[in-house]
Amino acid sequence: MSIQIKNIRIIDPLTKTDKIGDIFIEKGKIVSKLSQVPSKVIDGKNKIAVPGLIDIHSHLREPGQEEKETIATGTRSACKGGITTVFCMPNTKPVTDNAPSVEYILMKSQKEGKVNVFPIGCITKNSPGEELAEIGILKKAGIVAVSDDGLPVNNSQIMRRALEYTKMFSIPVIAHCEDKELSKNGVMNAGKNSMILGLRGIPNQSEEIMVARDIMLSELTAGHLHIAHVSTAGSVELVRQAKKKGLSVTCETCPHYFSLTDDAVKTYDTNYKMNPPLRRQEDVDAIKEGLADGTIDCIATDHAPHTFEDKNKEFDLAPFGIIGFETLLSLVLNELVDKKVLSLQDAIAKMTINPAKIFSLKQRGTLSVGSIADITIIDTEYNYEYKKEDILSKSKNSPFIGRKFKGGAVITIVGGKIAWSKKDGIIN
Amino acid sequence: MPFNRKDLLGLQDLDKKEIQTIIDSVKPFKSLFTRSIKKAPALVGKTVVNLFYEPSTRTRTSFEIAAKRLSADVVNIATATSSIVKGESLIDTGKTLEAMKADIIIIRHSLAGSPEILAKNLNASIINAGDGFHEHPTQGLLDLYTIYEKKKKIEGLKILLVGDILHSRVAKSNIWALTKMGAKLRVAGPPTLIPKNITDLGVEVFYDLDEAIKGVDVVNILRIQMERQQENLFPSVHEYVELYQVTSERLANAKPDVLIMHPGPMNRGIEISSSVADSTSAVINEQVTNGIAVRMAVLYLLAAARTKQGKKHVNTN
Repeated sequence: MSIQIKNIRIIDPLTKTDKIGDIFIEKGKIVSKLSQVPSKVIDGKNKIAVPGLIDIHSHLREPGQEEKETIATGTRSACKGGITTVFCMPNTKPVTDNAPSVEYILMKSQKEGKVNVFPIGCITKNSPGEELAEIGILKKAGIVAVSDDGLPVNNSQIMRRALEYTKMFSIPVIAHCEDKELSKNGVMNAGKNSMILGLRGIPNQSEEIMVARDIMLSELTAGHLHIAHVSTAGSVELVRQAKKKGLSVTCETCPHYFSLTDDAVKTYDTNYKMNPPLRRQEDVDAIKEGLADGTIDCIATDHAPHTFEDKNKEFDLAPFGIIGFETLLSLVLNELVDKKVLSLQDAIAKMTINPAKIFSLKQRGTLSVGSIADITIIDTEYNYEYKKEDILSKSKNSPFIGRKFKGGAVITIVGGKIAWSKKDGIIN
Repeated sequence: MPFNRKDLLGLQDLDKKEIQTIIDSVKPFKSLFTRSIKKAPALVGKTVVNLFYEPSTRTRTSFEIAAKRLSADVVNIATATSSIVKGESLIDTGKTLEAMKADIIIIRHSLAGSPEILAKNLNASIINAGDGFHEHPTQGLLDLYTIYEKKKKIEGLKILLVGDILHSRVAKSNIWALTKMGAKLRVAGPPTLIPKNITDLGVEVFYDLDEAIKGVDVVNILRIQMERQQENLFPSVHEYVELYQVTSERLANAKPDVLIMHPGPMNRGIEISSSVADSTSAVINEQVTNGIAVRMAVLYLLAAARTKQGKKHVNTN
């Protein structure tokens, strides 16, 4: 199959390209010209082609929690959101701390997935932070990073060893930064709103103490630290200083941390319950600043599906997490690009070439000739309301249901094939 | 001034006029108490359910007597918190009660927001009888009424809350109601038991009880839970008594006609000395009596709003 995308605005952050032109796809790759008449021509007028989006933080829930999401449903949801590659966190059941688990995910993705799936392995065996997992074997099986996401590695010595040991594999350690004692029993941001609602709070410092510690350990070891879901002003500043020092520290934030504040929790709606929690406006502003000045490298979803039954309960009892694949791009466009926080090029970089570089993904994150043809086509004039019945994820736990968006993905091309289009939906 | 609400979830939502409406409705109910027949027919044929997920004698009994004095049919359900975690969800329990045609459900729960969940999912009227650290609106109203009855006003009074503000739904409801009615609120306790943002609600914070107590019209003393000591929120009961027990000596600096209040149950000799609890300034038993009258007023107003508006059209907050 060969595709020609005609007269499209091409944005490729790697080469700082922003021009109108054609893209040619043959045998799953981007080529300079086609060897034959294209089997499909896409009219790119008034549309934008960007490298396929890479979401480095998600929970596909398979194996073990298929009632929430499967690789099949999760990757369909990602595809609809313009995402062509997802990393899946290892807190499945069982956890991804062994090669067969990695192979299972890869095999399932091959068979049932609609986008590229790259597993993340555990830092520690079974993830309680006590003993290093067999990271070398996991790497051979196909992981792109290690993380005990959902849990911090409490023991500084273990975290130090993880950062040291992973150096030989050139993979980052993704840290979920949380001082569990400070955040104990907390269910939302600590502040005026938690006081009024009578809910236990999670202070910013619970995140920042661990961000500071892990940065210091990265300094000690020269290991590559990637900080997951940065939510506070203090964390942004710590990472900014670490980068100034030239440390091997990168980080991500999620759309909800630049779109919402803890004011939203007011009605005890558990779709506003996530970890780290929604913070104050000052934090939201700092996150935007960190995105703008390059302190924050990536935007990831932390897509965390939960069933209606899981979420439809007392705020304290509901699990943390929201889905995010299908709102990532539109939130970035509306909250960051339209509001002039980031240029379109810089915004796209944080979901394409930056993650590709940080996690050493070859031939991805760019539209350069020779790279894998993962392409997202965006229509910035696409007006739509995000409706529950349109969600492809198995779970519907999103605080953005009912929000009206301007701009989003209209065609998602994965490995040279059209995987989803607004017109035809998922294409098998 | 009509009271047009489906539920009473907290005093944060109520405006001054609504609070005044409730307060104005209490007196006729209270006057029933001195008659030989203490009953009014206002809730004949209505079913009121006391759904208590936390142990409570005082509040549950108070609501039960209030509903019975209004001639309602009252059912009490006491469930240990552990059984809901394991078994039926709160919403399903609520829906079951609604299927039994409960008109008003009074809920006490250890988790904040539980009454709101029921209110959102059910047509029955929900009264919050205390949810976690959130609110205890009828306690706030009965405290307000008791002060109003004794002082004939609220505006301008200096009112001090002493103790564990952080974990107190009573403190929260008191603060909302009393500040709306124009009182000047103070809180006193160790910094570990006073939320940092409490000043946002317009109250003044004191760590020194002797300073706090100067010139106040009312001292409302909160119960100290022993498990807070295990959480290292204060070093020992001994030290708490030393720093924060309300004693006759300390009260010498308050106004001479100071009112002493306590939502109960009291830890005599800990947050309050026996001499203070038994003094003529104490109105602790009157709070209990007023509690029934205030709850009758709330039940009556919610039932009236239901009848007037029909289930579908009542303001659901």
